[in-house]
Amino acid sequence: MAKATFVVPDLTQYTEVPAVTPGAMAHSSPFVSKPEFQEPLGFPGELVDDWQAKAIDKMGELLGKYRSLRVYMDACVKCGACTDKCHYFLGTGDPKNMPVGRQDLMRKVYRRYFTLSGKLFPKLVGAEDFTKEVLDDWYSYFHQCSQCRRCSVFCPYGIDTAEISMAAREIMDSIGVGQKYCNEIIAKVYRVGNNLGLPGPALKDTLEGLEEDVYDDTGVRVRYPIDQEGADILLVTPSADFFAEPHVDGLIGYGKVFHEAGVSWTVSSHASEAANFGMFIGSYDNMKRVSQRIREAAIKLKVKRIVFGECGHAWRVAYSFLNTLAGPWDFLDPRYPVPQHICEFTYELIQQGKLTFDKSANDDKVLTFHDSCNVARASRMGDMPGGQFEIPRALIRASCNHFYDMDEDTIRDRTFCCGGGGGLLTDDLMELRVKGAKPRVDALNNVIQEKGVTHMAAICAICKTQFSKVLPYYGLEMDQVISLHQLVGDAIVLTPGSDDEADDEDDDD
Amino acid sequence: MAFLTNFYAFLFYFAALVLVTGLVFKIVRYVRTPAPLKIPTTPAPVTGRGVVLRMAREVVLFESLFRANKWTWIFGWMFHFGLLLVTLRHLRYFIEPVWFPIGLVQPFGIYGGMAMVVGLGGLWSRRFLVDRVRYITSPSDHLILALLVLIGTTGLLMKFALHTDIVEIKSFFQGLYTYNLQPLPPDPMLLLHLLLVATLLIVFPYSKLLHAPGIFFSPTRNQIDNPREVRHITPWAK
Repeated sequence: MAKATFVVPDLTQYTEVPAVTPGAMAHSSPFVSKPEFQEPLGFPGELVDDWQAKAIDKMGELLGKYRSLRVYMDACVKCGACTDKCHYFLGTGDPKNMPVGRQDLMRKVYRRYFTLSGKLFPKLVGAEDFTKEVLDDWYSYFHQCSQCRRCSVFCPYGIDTAEISMAAREIMDSIGVGQKYCNEIIAKVYRVGNNLGLPGPALKDTLEGLEEDVYDDTGVRVRYPIDQEGADILLVTPSADFFAEPHVDGLIGYGKVFHEAGVSWTVSSHASEAANFGMFIGSYDNMKRVSQRIREAAIKLKVKRIVFGECGHAWRVAYSFLNTLAGPWDFLDPRYPVPQHICEFTYELIQQGKLTFDKSANDDKVLTFHDSCNVARASRMGDMPGGQFEIPRALIRASCNHFYDMDEDTIRDRTFCCGGGGGLLTDDLMELRVKGAKPRVDALNNVIQEKGVTHMAAICAICKTQFSKVLPYYGLEMDQVISLHQLVGDAIVLTPGSDDEADDEDDDD
Repeated sequence: MAFLTNFYAFLFYFAALVLVTGLVFKIVRYVRTPAPLKIPTTPAPVTGRGVVLRMAREVVLFESLFRANKWTWIFGWMFHFGLLLVTLRHLRYFIEPVWFPIGLVQPFGIYGGMAMVVGLGGLWSRRFLVDRVRYITSPSDHLILALLVLIGTTGLLMKFALHTDIVEIKSFFQGLYTYNLQPLPPDPMLLLHLLLVATLLIVFPYSKLLHAPGIFFSPTRNQIDNPREVRHITPWAK
């Protein structure tokens, strides 16, 4: 089914480090944004005239605004620790996909214009003028980074290439060189409310349809409310959850959990998207503007808590940044962290003994779990460091009888990105996505062979979409990736009756 | 001889000035540049105490590097720990009276010098043998390694073959504190050693040696993982 115009790598038992192949992915670059997608975000429509001076000014501005960038430009000693850590390097062999190789694309410009040694002895320290060729390289290779932070785990100074590729994308946006995929989507969020451009009425239809499906399946009326003022909980979830398999099965699962918890909840048509692509393009302003919708929705709907659905980068923005970008949250119930992850919510109920599971409902599956990069390395769940690894696994164990982890070197904080994160989940980067997925698929294939694993659960909309698309290139099935809350939802024993009475004023029976 | 002494006195005053002002300038910049968002690489400590421990493991044991690459770790750690011992051993030239622990460390400083050169050799060989590391190496990376190896070998040579008058050296450096210039022994090996050390001090604030102060300011390592509990706000990002 999957037809490739490039050579799909062969799976190997362990991902081997390829030989350096300069230029192997130089041809890969995403579609450039058009003026109509640039302007709503506050960026010039196309490459500005004096772009070089403007870009260097912007770099200077960012160096003054972000300590990460300032320190990381200076601190690298070229030790090579990161060189074999990036999934895009492991999948392509292109040395500019080694984290340090990618950073050096910016570092050589930094050195040329911002350091004494680079001004005096450019050749000696590898400094270079910011030419059009360098800009083209930037556009290509800073869109071959999924901002997964795996390199930052291994760097002795914690240099995070994500910070650098975000800054690079912001500099490029500021001179009118944007990426179509990200910027078109952000404009859509401003216009419609979510990445997929699903308008309120369509969401309402979808959710009503879900209620009917669940009723037909289980005989229990589980509610999927939208814009319900006065609900306890605002659920903010990636719009993919309203739209397609396997995402929507996760949403069904969240609803069942809320049903069993006996809480009222709602999604919002105004903030009908958890993802925040403002982060991908490194734009603080856009990230803040996208985040503000959640605050507005929480105030308008008078909720007491905010819970996020399964989404990786979204959870990073939610957990790590939302308090900064859209807080303070003093109008919400102080007994709960803001925001909470749906996995934390479900886990708490399990701890309190409020959920009953029939694990045999998932006996047709043997599970493994994919730690999504930004959940693993840029956020937390629960009270303890590492809760982001333990809580999702606890949910799988509570709802399934058969679970095996993948190789230790490829999970938890050493997990591999799916290959589609960070604003790269677009068809114009298919070769990169397929090759970048190799390390993860190698490890998955291993547990398939050795443990008989049939399905991989994930807690990220990008991971789910990416694997559905990419697994077939490697001879696996697209439906082998599933939502974690699908497993929860399928195994949960629903309590009938109570909520038919509670919600009978609603309109859709 | 007066010329030599004067030249080296000037050189070390200059080197110290460049090192201190260069580093202060850089560090003030690092301090003043805000970190607008919480970006610790997780799992991260949830308390300040935990962050201090994490940083200590990073600085003393090179924890992340250990997870990344055992060869680079073993050579890198060998070099840095050797350099620490060597530095401690050399303190006796700069303080009077010599503190007791510095007296104790003297014999280990020699092993430190050897470890340093061996470690550097290992690190340098990776720049030729590993294709990925070869690709990212620029001329300045070789030059810094050459500088450090030469500093180490000239030092060891003076210990084991071409001795110099260390009492005079000490009085030279002690004299610098009070601008009371004392003659430096005119041994070529010593003069080379000192020239290279001064060069190292001068390039420090303008090179990748900034990784030493830099690590303490790395937000992925020095931030507490508590964004939901404490609202993190910096002036420009309100």
